[in-house]
Amino acid sequence: MTALLTALATLGDELAAHVVLSAAALALGIAIALPLTLWSARHATVARLALGLASLIQTIPALALLALFYPILLWLSGVVGGGIPALGFLPALLALALYAVLPILRGGVTGLAGLDPAVREAADAVGMTPGQKLRWVEAPLVAPYIMAGIRTAAVWTIGAATLATTIGQTSLGDPIFAGLQTQNWVTVLAGCLAAAALAIAADGVLALVERGIATRRSLHAWLGLALLAAGLGWALWPGSAERRETLVVGAKNFSEQYILARLIGERLEAAGYAVEYREGLGSAVVFRALDAGDIDVYVDYAGTLWTGEFKRTDNPPRAGMLREIDRRLATPGGARLIGPLGFENAYAFAMRADAAKASGVASLDDLVRAAPEMTLGADLEFLDRPEWAAVRAAYPLRFAKTRKYSPTFMYRALESGDAAVITAFSSDGRIAADKLTVLTDPRGAIPNYDALLLASSRCAAAPRCAAALKPLVGAIPVTAMRGANFRVDRDADKQAPAEAARWLSQRIER
Amino acid sequence: MSGAPNLAPEIRFERVARRFGAVEALAPLDLTIAGGSFVALVGGSGSGKSTLLRCINRLDETAGASREGRVSIGGEPVDHLPAPELRRRIGYVFQSIGLFPHLSVAQNVGIGRRVRGGIMPPEEVAGLLDSVGLESTLASRMPSELSGGQRQRVGVARALAESPQILLLDEPFGALDPVTRAALGERVRALHTARGLTTLMVTHDMAEALLLADRVVVLEQGRIVADAPPIDLASGRAGDIAEALVAVPREQARRIADLAGR
Repeated sequence: MTALLTALATLGDELAAHVVLSAAALALGIAIALPLTLWSARHATVARLALGLASLIQTIPALALLALFYPILLWLSGVVGGGIPALGFLPALLALALYAVLPILRGGVTGLAGLDPAVREAADAVGMTPGQKLRWVEAPLVAPYIMAGIRTAAVWTIGAATLATTIGQTSLGDPIFAGLQTQNWVTVLAGCLAAAALAIAADGVLALVERGIATRRSLHAWLGLALLAAGLGWALWPGSAERRETLVVGAKNFSEQYILARLIGERLEAAGYAVEYREGLGSAVVFRALDAGDIDVYVDYAGTLWTGEFKRTDNPPRAGMLREIDRRLATPGGARLIGPLGFENAYAFAMRADAAKASGVASLDDLVRAAPEMTLGADLEFLDRPEWAAVRAAYPLRFAKTRKYSPTFMYRALESGDAAVITAFSSDGRIAADKLTVLTDPRGAIPNYDALLLASSRCAAAPRCAAALKPLVGAIPVTAMRGANFRVDRDADKQAPAEAARWLSQRIER
Repeated sequence: MSGAPNLAPEIRFERVARRFGAVEALAPLDLTIAGGSFVALVGGSGSGKSTLLRCINRLDETAGASREGRVSIGGEPVDHLPAPELRRRIGYVFQSIGLFPHLSVAQNVGIGRRVRGGIMPPEEVAGLLDSVGLESTLASRMPSELSGGQRQRVGVARALAESPQILLLDEPFGALDPVTRAALGERVRALHTARGLTTLMVTHDMAEALLLADRVVVLEQGRIVADAPPIDLASGRAGDIAEALVAVPREQARRIADLAGR
């Protein structure tokens, strides 16, 4: 209970960002829906088309709609010659606004369709122009229906805004997604509770406005609007007071990335920057976001860039690969290599130590013989990655079965015997803790996965930013990283990534 | 307000025809309504009587009919003014009334001036309500708090609020009980005379037409089939078709008189 309260108490920034995002999306949704409603009122075809399109958008899962705006905005930015951010606030705003359109539009169209024809005729007959008819008759009579639509839209938007985390917009989804990845249920619960409370509060205040409009008692309506303005004002206040230069730290969706992001972020804050976090980004998105300057710093892995970004299938030695990556990154305005952190997080085939011993498997060569009896547990992306193709090219592995798991469940599967071999990560704290055996790779099929600190050209060119990052180069031994990862991943006495980052910070060499 | 009767304009229809798709609502017809007269348009449903009325304030435009011929008021074709401008000069009362449910009685009566930025003073509201036989205490009521008869009285007050010279009534008393109906009919006839209006009333009730109007025009399938003063209709001097229409109320009146005489 105290843990939950502590977690809730730290959610101020996320709540503020969530309020601003939801309010902006709702406002934009209203701005789209109202003219559409008017247009629909005059043309039945438009009404059918608009309602159909809005319903269609509603059937797209919110998560997918948010993700779709990334390539769309990226393409648009390319067309107009850059400058449109494809991650963060803008795509979240657009996707959520589209979501908010349907209930408002439906309310307005329903309300207009239900208007007594005699009232409309009377408005014409007393000599109202179409504009006067709208202002004096249609708008006041349809307002309660539209207001009901706005209430529904507000609750949907606040709920769906938690998903904005996945495209790098801070929201109450941050604790939810981070908590899901690190199996920290207290954090997940805190995020859910905060989002639910916000939705209930917004609904209650909007209900006040709605009742004021329906009963034509302006006091209710104004009181509700004043409460809304107060809430929004609170959310915007720290933002408007913020005058420091802001850097954005990115993270992919696993514990080590969350920890390193916090480690980097705290160093940048100590150097006087305001820091925003874009966490839970997909592998494919995050590098391009850095290259485009949407984020400023993150940690990637040599092999991921080598095979994923540069589409290379060869596997040169460590130093050669690093030189080549540095050379490839030196394009003007693009991403920059600050340096390797000092540890590796490679894909590593791992077995329970006792099982490995019993079946006499110590290397991938040995695994070729044993694989047909075994189930391989892989993380969600490994089986589609070029590394898997490279491993299979070097070792003719045929498993009885392959299964995909999110990282945490993959380790559970190994422990429970649902999988005999897993695609572990060499810096994972659970390798030591769970007494796993990492199989050797005698043919050198798996490329090296040195953790590389990458920065935007803006950060790399700023001496203050570069100076804050440089001390991290070569400073994190794999044992320290495993220790930090384990503090977040373990089942009991779990730590938040920020706590683990502080622990790690004290173990940095130099 | 106290217009001399001879100022009310004449309404003239010249070769006016209306067609909704394949349906001919009005055959080309000519009709002149003398300024200051009270004319009843009588006919069954689909006879074109409402369409003819709505040609005057151009409410027929909203229904999307094909429009032919010329309608003029005091020699001025109705198309020469923008429709809202034209309609402000014509009072219009119809069966479903169409009071604005979100506005009070006073606001309903004053709406024509309000939309143009004016305000109707409470004394003027009270005067209008009084002229249709309503207490001024009703001014602050909402339409939902009124009886059917009270509502239609407010409808008449709203139609007369901007002192029009023409009053159009489309089945104005159709939904009212007979007693209220007779009382309101007399009231409207008195207002017609007092304000010196040109009044055109659509009704399917021949008795009502005979008792209120100076002249009765009978329409059937978009054509004028009879056009005579009530006295000619009542005495059977207006032709066979008119005679058939008058026969029913005349017979009813005779039977009621017989009951009383027995």
